[in-house]
Amino acid sequence: MLRNKFAIFGLLVLGFFVLVAIFAPLIAPYDPGEIVESETLPPSFAHPFGTDDLGRDILSRAIYGARISLTVGIVAVTIAILIGTLFGAFAGYFGGWVDGIVMRFVDVMLSFPSIFLILAIQAMLTPNIYNVMIVIGLTSWMGVARLVRGEFLKIRELQYVEAAKAIGCSNPRIIFRHMLPNAQAPIIVAATLGMAGAILTESALSFLGMGVQPPMPSWGNMLMDAQAYMRDAPWMAIIPGLLILVTVLSLYFVGEGLREALDPRR
Amino acid sequence: MLQVNNLTTYFYQEDSVVKAVDDVSFSVKPGEILGILGESGSGKSTIAHSILRLIYPPGKIVSGEVIFNGQDLLQLSEEAMIKIRGAKISMVFQDPFTSLNPVYTVGDQIAEAIQLHQGLKRKAAWDKAIQMLETVHIKEPGSRIKDYPHQFSGGMRQRVMIAMALACQPELLIADEPTTALDVTIQAEILNLLKEIQQKFNLSVIYITHNFGIIKALCQNVIVLYKGRVVEKGTVEAVLSSPQNAYTKRLIACLEVLKT
Repeated sequence: MLRNKFAIFGLLVLGFFVLVAIFAPLIAPYDPGEIVESETLPPSFAHPFGTDDLGRDILSRAIYGARISLTVGIVAVTIAILIGTLFGAFAGYFGGWVDGIVMRFVDVMLSFPSIFLILAIQAMLTPNIYNVMIVIGLTSWMGVARLVRGEFLKIRELQYVEAAKAIGCSNPRIIFRHMLPNAQAPIIVAATLGMAGAILTESALSFLGMGVQPPMPSWGNMLMDAQAYMRDAPWMAIIPGLLILVTVLSLYFVGEGLREALDPRR
Repeated sequence: MLQVNNLTTYFYQEDSVVKAVDDVSFSVKPGEILGILGESGSGKSTIAHSILRLIYPPGKIVSGEVIFNGQDLLQLSEEAMIKIRGAKISMVFQDPFTSLNPVYTVGDQIAEAIQLHQGLKRKAAWDKAIQMLETVHIKEPGSRIKDYPHQFSGGMRQRVMIAMALACQPELLIADEPTTALDVTIQAEILNLLKEIQQKFNLSVIYITHNFGIIKALCQNVIVLYKGRVVEKGTVEAVLSSPQNAYTKRLIACLEVLKT
């Protein structure tokens, strides 16, 4: 993977953003909610990314926004991977009617236009950051389930699974101890790519006002705030937009790099 | 010790039924090596899997009895069966290249059987695993045990499989073509090892193969399978000297052709 320049670039960018997110209070020059200057100042030496419609420092908001966006991505993907792996593993291992029921459920979930499903759920619940993570997780596990099922269908035909049965392993033990570690490569790749998707969904939700709620900054709701000022203060939209773009792109690069590095055919 | 009566296992397909094992009966005495001889698809592996109840849909054990030490295994609960697999009856498989899990060391895998059945702590189980590697003549077992399967050759892996199968001192070992995937010289080594271990532990063995030569070298009694049915059974000498069935005669004729 280290030979893949794009993946390295992605890894460096992500590493940088993660550090920024972790040390946000130390790095950010201002409090993200504090009104520090007059409104919509263009980028300057004191405010490298300018100020927003309320006179808050955009750099500080972007730094704290990284926290929110990355956390949402990680938590949502963790939920999706857990659910998807569990369903996929059981479906692929047991086959037969278990497989039938689980995969039809996956088909049903996939046929919902997920963004509207999320919006509907968010409209019923209080739209806060925890609900955002959970709802994104609960609506994005189906791809993982299909992937893991496919892997398990393949692995269960291998003789070491039979050998594990023949020494007296129980079904859960075979699934989690013997098969899951052999299916981890595609799951890791799916997690990376899934995180990009989750960050995009969070941004879209926040942009529509159904995600992370003000005054808490996320890249998505910073974009929303920018809507009315596109002409007068384009930096308000360009900065969070670029951050989302670079993060998602980096995740895709890393995901592709991992896919190549973990591919057994190479 | 093992008495198989009228065992019948079918595989159900869309519109047909494959009678993989059809009304098969045989018995294995303590300390005996029984050979099961048959061509590919004759149902020999299905018999092995049926004894351990490792038959999954679309396959089904339709009828029969597998009496092991007075108990009909086909009537046991799955929980009770798990306690028998690996502990009382274990199995060595055909392909040593895929029968070990690539993500665990061989020590982990041998010790797993011991931990599962004998409730030993990890350390004690590992010590026992080292002993087992020594029993199957793997050099420097203390350091080799930390190696992964891909660091072993095919013959060595089959030795590891045998160590794994024997780790809990089972009474019956089912060897499902354990040398088919190996070179001829390695085959001979593995066969010698099996024979040595069989005598050392007074094991009962069911040896499944399509090779009459191996049966001749290893077994006292043999059953010959053809299309899921037993077509010939008896001592190896009797079957070799006066085969009753046309299929067995052809098998023996092949053996003669190869000799000359």
